[in-house]
Amino acid sequence: MSEEQIKDLEAQFEARIARDEKIEPKDWMPEKYRKTHIRQMSQHAHSEIIGMLPEGNWITRAPSLRRKVALLAKVQDEAGHGLYLYSACETLGVSRDELYEQLHTGKAKYSSIFNYPTVTWADMGAIGWLVDGAAIINQVPLCSTSYGPYARAMIRVCKEESFHQRQGFEIMMKLAQGTPEQKEMAQDALNRWWWPSLMMLGPTDAESVHTEQSMKWKLKRKSNDDLRQQFIDQTVPQADLIGLTIPDPDLKWNEERQSYDFGEIDWDEFWQVVKGHGPCNKERMNARVGAWNRGEWVRDAAMAYAEKQQKRKRTSLKKEVS
Amino acid sequence: MKNENLYKYILGIADNSLILGQRLGALTGHGPSLETDIACTNISLDLFGQVRSYYQYAAKIKGDDSTEDDIAFLRREREYLNVLLVEQPNTDFAYTIGRQFLFDVYHLLFLTELQKSHDVTLSAIAIKSIKEVSYHQRFSSDWIKRLGDGTEESRIKMQDAINGLWTYTDELFHQTDADKAVVEEKIGVDVTTLKDKYYDTVNAILTEATLDVPESKWFQKGGKKGIHTEHMGYLLSDLQYMQRTYPNMEW
Repeated sequence: MSEEQIKDLEAQFEARIARDEKIEPKDWMPEKYRKTHIRQMSQHAHSEIIGMLPEGNWITRAPSLRRKVALLAKVQDEAGHGLYLYSACETLGVSRDELYEQLHTGKAKYSSIFNYPTVTWADMGAIGWLVDGAAIINQVPLCSTSYGPYARAMIRVCKEESFHQRQGFEIMMKLAQGTPEQKEMAQDALNRWWWPSLMMLGPTDAESVHTEQSMKWKLKRKSNDDLRQQFIDQTVPQADLIGLTIPDPDLKWNEERQSYDFGEIDWDEFWQVVKGHGPCNKERMNARVGAWNRGEWVRDAAMAYAEKQQKRKRTSLKKEVS
Repeated sequence: MKNENLYKYILGIADNSLILGQRLGALTGHGPSLETDIACTNISLDLFGQVRSYYQYAAKIKGDDSTEDDIAFLRREREYLNVLLVEQPNTDFAYTIGRQFLFDVYHLLFLTELQKSHDVTLSAIAIKSIKEVSYHQRFSSDWIKRLGDGTEESRIKMQDAINGLWTYTDELFHQTDADKAVVEEKIGVDVTTLKDKYYDTVNAILTEATLDVPESKWFQKGGKKGIHTEHMGYLLSDLQYMQRTYPNMEW
């Protein structure tokens, strides 16, 4: 294909996106579009899978049967999200095994928030309320992103995430209305998860490298700072409602902006965790790689069995024919 | 308590699901593949769903202000009446599948009979659960075949798990005094009648999976009387952690 032809295709491609048409797997797309989507979708899938670990940590210790069932269902949903996001990635010509390889070797990133430990039951509430809350703010705009399989996956993911967020908030509310120990547990969880949740929405716009191109492809529709402001404005009244205090002495309603002003985020901590030195980066990776390695003989057995079955089927078909 | 036999009978059924569900729940996020992870979590969820129905009914029979959670979390080890099979640890995926399979075959036979119980609540729970448990048995049987008839390594591991767990199968068919009384009233299932069919089914699937049916006739028992293996205390420490650390609170 000549350079001119490619330019022509690119122009048509960008025009389709501008018209809000969906790009489907078999459509022509620029290589950069394909790569950017694989990167973002797989990062999202990895986050779902790693995200199962901090919450999985409390399944055996959930305080009531009702909470245990809800937590199991939630973590199972996350596995499901991982599954269809990996499948969406596969439509772009990359296999799940390749993506796992990238995760396990540290080449691919996942959301840094999952590198914090879950030390009390209230962390199950805080993760649902804050982490899923921030995730929804990030993800709702993606329901209308340009790549069809991603947009469709996100519609389902967002529905489930919003259920998870309500569930998390409900855990926090129950604790906040409970005994002094329970209230203290809830406040402590909020104190620990608040700032990492704000960081989850990404570096400040000045530091963010992918924004402009991503905006054009509708992979991103608002800047990180705008999303963060939206999250804070939405969450502060919820904390007020249940009588918990946001751990930010600089938090103040700004009448003119009709938004909250907030304190300085510790970006050193953010980069430390992103670069692999958070409290649980090593544990999460060991758990993931360990499960994968321990499962190798199981996956090999399943493959070998499937091949044997195929062979048996062919042999019996041949016999029938002859 | 007016109907202590029925109460104990329900605990005997429900505790199996509780303890097995707890074991499976510990594996969430650590499975050999995303699909098996989702399936094992799903089975755990089904079992806990059943547990809630049974304990809610047991709490009603108990007649005091006990709740499903009091029954699930606040008994002493000697008061849990599950069979030893379900408390066996998650040694590896072969053990997880072996334990599941050896229980599922029993569970399905059991629920098929429990549907006919003269107790309408138990019958209703059985009717609801049987669809779930049919799936459990299909899942675990399929994996027995895959692992047994997969690679040489998987066959050795699967055989090892079956050999290790076999000693806990006979207890499934033991009857406590409470069981006998409830069977008399046509509420309970006479598990002794399920034994032949159980071993026929299990043996057929093991054979199809190219595995040897263990010949050992030495069996362990005790769970149904609350005498458990050494694994049980640790399992309960996790299960009861929150309720013991923060007593009398709502969650």
